[in-house]
Amino acid sequence: MKNSNALPDFRTSPVVDHVGIEERVARFTTRSIKKASKVQALKLALNMIDLTTLEGKDTPGKVAQMCYKALHLCDQLPGLPTVAAVCVYPTHVRQAKAALSGSPIKVASVATAFPSGNTTREIKLSDTRFAVSEGADEVDMVISRGEFLQGNYAFVHDEIAAVKEACGSARLKVILETGELSTLDNVRRASDIAIHAGADFIKTSTGKIQPAATMPVTLVMLQAIKDHYYKTGKMVGMKPAGGISTAKLAVQYLVMLHETLGDAWMTNQWFRFGASSLANDLLMQVAKEARGPYQGKDYFSND
Amino acid sequence: MAAAVAATTSSDINSMSTSSTKRSAVPSLSFFKDWTYVPAPESSDHIHLKDQYGLFINGEFVRPHSKRYFDTINPATEKKIAEIADADEKDVDAAVTAAANASAKIWKRMPGKERSKYIYRIARMIQERAREFAVIETMDGGKPIRESRDVDVPLAANHFFYYAGWADKLDYAFPNRRPQPLGVAGQIIPWNFPLLMAAWKIAPALACGNTVVLKPAETTSLTALKLAEIIQESGLPAGVVNIVTGFGKTGAAIVNHPGVNKVAFTGSTDVGKIIQKAIAGTGKKATLELGGKAANIVFDDAPIDQAVEGIVNGIFFNQGHVCCAGSRLLVQEGVAEIVIRKLKDRMETLIVGDPMDKNTDIGAINSKEQLKKINEYISIGVNEGAELYQSSCTLPSKGFFCKPTLFLNTSQSHRLVQEEIFGPVLAVQTFRTVEEAIEKANNIPYGLSAGIWTDKGSKIFNMTSKMRAGVVWANTYNKFDPTSPFGGYKESGYGREGGLHGLLPYVQW
Repeated sequence: MKNSNALPDFRTSPVVDHVGIEERVARFTTRSIKKASKVQALKLALNMIDLTTLEGKDTPGKVAQMCYKALHLCDQLPGLPTVAAVCVYPTHVRQAKAALSGSPIKVASVATAFPSGNTTREIKLSDTRFAVSEGADEVDMVISRGEFLQGNYAFVHDEIAAVKEACGSARLKVILETGELSTLDNVRRASDIAIHAGADFIKTSTGKIQPAATMPVTLVMLQAIKDHYYKTGKMVGMKPAGGISTAKLAVQYLVMLHETLGDAWMTNQWFRFGASSLANDLLMQVAKEARGPYQGKDYFSND
Repeated sequence: MAAAVAATTSSDINSMSTSSTKRSAVPSLSFFKDWTYVPAPESSDHIHLKDQYGLFINGEFVRPHSKRYFDTINPATEKKIAEIADADEKDVDAAVTAAANASAKIWKRMPGKERSKYIYRIARMIQERAREFAVIETMDGGKPIRESRDVDVPLAANHFFYYAGWADKLDYAFPNRRPQPLGVAGQIIPWNFPLLMAAWKIAPALACGNTVVLKPAETTSLTALKLAEIIQESGLPAGVVNIVTGFGKTGAAIVNHPGVNKVAFTGSTDVGKIIQKAIAGTGKKATLELGGKAANIVFDDAPIDQAVEGIVNGIFFNQGHVCCAGSRLLVQEGVAEIVIRKLKDRMETLIVGDPMDKNTDIGAINSKEQLKKINEYISIGVNEGAELYQSSCTLPSKGFFCKPTLFLNTSQSHRLVQEEIFGPVLAVQTFRTVEEAIEKANNIPYGLSAGIWTDKGSKIFNMTSKMRAGVVWANTYNKFDPTSPFGGYKESGYGREGGLHGLLPYVQW
């Protein structure tokens, strides 16, 4: 504490009790969200989606179609919001940006040698700068999990800080890849490191590793955000990504967010779902609330 | 951080005022302003209730000798649900006689394997009608449907399942001792877990070959009477279980009846003492499960968010109507501020209101009398100078409700800390050392339960061996299981219910 610029000892991050976390999560999932509350949640969830395509086989054609979907979730249903952002590889940022110009939809780009992050800092930084120069509003980086698991917390911290600097005015989402971190205590430490290094968002997963986002992991990260807010008054965003494909689960995440961080976080400024197939399940539920019967999957477009 | 703590503790009046202005600038969270949960009430359409309930004696529902009935009401609406028979001494005598006959002629002679079939059948029937039991429990007692559905009813069924398993294995429970039943067990249960307490009492008694006369509490007789219907349908021989309803006088008639061989009571320490006196010298065996004022102890190395959750479960579960409730919070000074802050924020997200709503966390106080008692204690706390904090929820205009309540800055000498309130009221004290925590936790006439929150295993083992309490939970609270014994030290009573230990009070050699 003598030198306030010294890096905190992240080994002293608050401890997490696994059983307690799972019990708390179970309580969130028993909330019964019906009627008007449900419609409100479904629309909010739609508005929080980072519509994502991150595949080796991505092409300009695929990206164009996804951007159209982002703008027109379901034109037959009036009063729908758009998604929050589309999330693509850096090479598709320029095209996505052009397709979405004039809309509130942001373009997020993964960077730093996504998804493994196993490369040099130079390459990671140039990857980031390229994404930003192509017009990315947001950058989704991956942490160096190998360094983290070796206990090399300063390395992980400094790397995030360097990427943050390279982002300029773009918002930085830091992917912890919790499926590789093994324990909730590690998830908490990695969250604290990312937040301290300047993350605007912390994000669970790349979607390439199982398990991807889970409610217990997300709760631990929300608690890290809460503790940071208590200490500093500064808000940090949260993005669970991967594995959230049903409306029911998305609403349960919103209940968890709502009862952990409260009203201020209930916007896409501070919360996102990284998902590719969630939107249509939400739309099916919205259509059901509006029209009565459930409609089949083929009534909703896949892009 | 260390400097900030020092500044606050050594502050004079002036710096106090600066620190309080600073405090108002502390970032705060807001909850339930933009998004609220519309009511999601559990349906009560499928519930079958009669207008009037008689006494269940010798396998039949009969009218009480007194011909008197009293109303049972829904504490959340104050509306009458049904009329309940008020049993007098003659009724109790009939019940005890029926139980004694059933014991002598059938039940104690029946092989354990056969007894267990009946107990299993009761367990399965409770499961089959779980929803009905949950709804009635909530209507009659005021507890949230979430709790009666997820805790009370499944646990009640599990107790019957568990003790059904013991019925034919008593020789293995007590090797080389040839356990024999006692005869007739007179059982008196409280209003906080009506069906669950009936299960705790009836299941081990039947497993060991005893017959039963059970009296539920006057405000919550309905689920016991529904259980009587199940028992009737199950084909359990007449007189093996008898259920008589009424007030304290009915209970006294059971305790004093010469045909009763064993008394099992769960309730207040005051009544426990009366029972103890009444049976002195009669040779009746007894188990008493009485009051509590448990310490939930949070060390500075605890998982704080989970500890806060445990504090909430400890004191606000079932509106704090829990004998083993964690009604005293002992928090180590280094983390007191953050624990209290998180606790207050967590309390804002507790939904108080209609117990039938699936989202309700805190339901109705069981009775007008109990609400009065809780409110009296809240004024006592205020008059004692403790700092009152209540969540900002609004209470329904009808029914008996109480906001979740904290009293901060209390000391061991506050009545609020010493006496059992049996409501959603938590007394918060701080401590500095492990020794101080042990001293404070044990310095109370009760000793039913305790909670320990620390990340350090050795500290858990040290603390559990030092707590003078029947149940000690580590990094959790209010966990119940049929396989685990439950009972008290000191004024919290004696005898154990649950587990292998729960058989012992129902056998002789």
